[in-house]
Amino acid sequence: MFPLVSHVEWSVATDLAIALVLGLGFGFCLERAGFGSARKLTAVFYLFDMAVVKVMFTAIVTCMTGIALLSAIGAVDVSEFYIEPTALPAQILGGLLFGAGFMVGGYCPGTSMAAIATGRKDGFAFAFGMLAGVWAFAEFTPGLEGWIKSVSQGEMLLPSVTGVSMVWWAAGFILFLLAAGRGMAWLENRFADWKPRYS
Amino acid sequence: MSQSLAGSAPASLRRAEPLAYWNPYLVGFLLGLVLLATYLVTGRGLGATAAFSSVAAWLTGLFASADHVTANAVHARYWNEGAPLASWTVFLIGGALIGAWISGAQGRRFRWSVERGPRVTDNQRLMLAFAGGFLAAYGAKIAKGCTSGQALTGGAILNVGSLAFMVSVFAAAYALAWFVRKEWI
Repeated sequence: MFPLVSHVEWSVATDLAIALVLGLGFGFCLERAGFGSARKLTAVFYLFDMAVVKVMFTAIVTCMTGIALLSAIGAVDVSEFYIEPTALPAQILGGLLFGAGFMVGGYCPGTSMAAIATGRKDGFAFAFGMLAGVWAFAEFTPGLEGWIKSVSQGEMLLPSVTGVSMVWWAAGFILFLLAAGRGMAWLENRFADWKPRYS
Repeated sequence: MSQSLAGSAPASLRRAEPLAYWNPYLVGFLLGLVLLATYLVTGRGLGATAAFSSVAAWLTGLFASADHVTANAVHARYWNEGAPLASWTVFLIGGALIGAWISGAQGRRFRWSVERGPRVTDNQRLMLAFAGGFLAAYGAKIAKGCTSGQALTGGAILNVGSLAFMVSVFAAAYALAWFVRKEWI
């Protein structure tokens, strides 16, 4: 039954309309969580406000549980999903650079949209930096894509790698989230002094 | 305007206070449903970086030439037969911009401002934001995804590479946090 795209054919206009609607929900959630604010986002790295981890983790666990359950009753065929191939050297190197950019820039690509939408000028600056970055990548280092392809290990999902089904992974993640929630509440309390005393 | 003349001018001229953000676990749940809906409809997840690549390809076509774009292996993938802006990812991010604006306007959170800690100037912050964006873009291009395309999308399906990406992102950010603390706290 799901994903719909493997059974139903729709026009380009419908496809773009779907993107717009899903984007609306995406952007709404990011701003609602406070992720239009770089200080709220980077607070996670000073431990006095762990909202970034709470939102990301809950979103991942929610979606994972939905897919796991729907897949268990046969309503969704995970093999029809597009899975980004794993390429550990590229994803670790890219992740380190991205993390540095996040820490210095204060946003990630998606949250910079929430920042722009609420008038943050540094959100615009970050987005222009992103634009310059993807342009420079294409113009000056297109050869890196060959390297990324050369280190690709193909599709690697934890259930197939470990032989433990997705339902069990989801259950484990839910338990871990419950424990992590307590841990994060403790951290926020412990590092509350680092919160800047203004605005 | 007329009511502001009625004596208590400072109070009535003051802007309404922004509303509080929602509980992060509730927003996370809703975001998870959006991500789930994306998977169930399109068979793939969310992504934000591709839209930037599309805009970069479009601008390059505008200022250089279409031939220059199609001759470049990276740009070419986002060229979309001459209509790079009419792509799924650009509409997704366009929708995100509108959705965030709706949420911000309803929550009275729209302000022209520069987000920074008390120990840096606006201009320093803007330059750091640009530099950070540049770095994040390079990282996302190498990792083939960002917080949306790798961490959320790949994390939810337990993609091993995405989980490694997520760990690397947080490792780098926590390692750097002390050195850039003046920018934020």
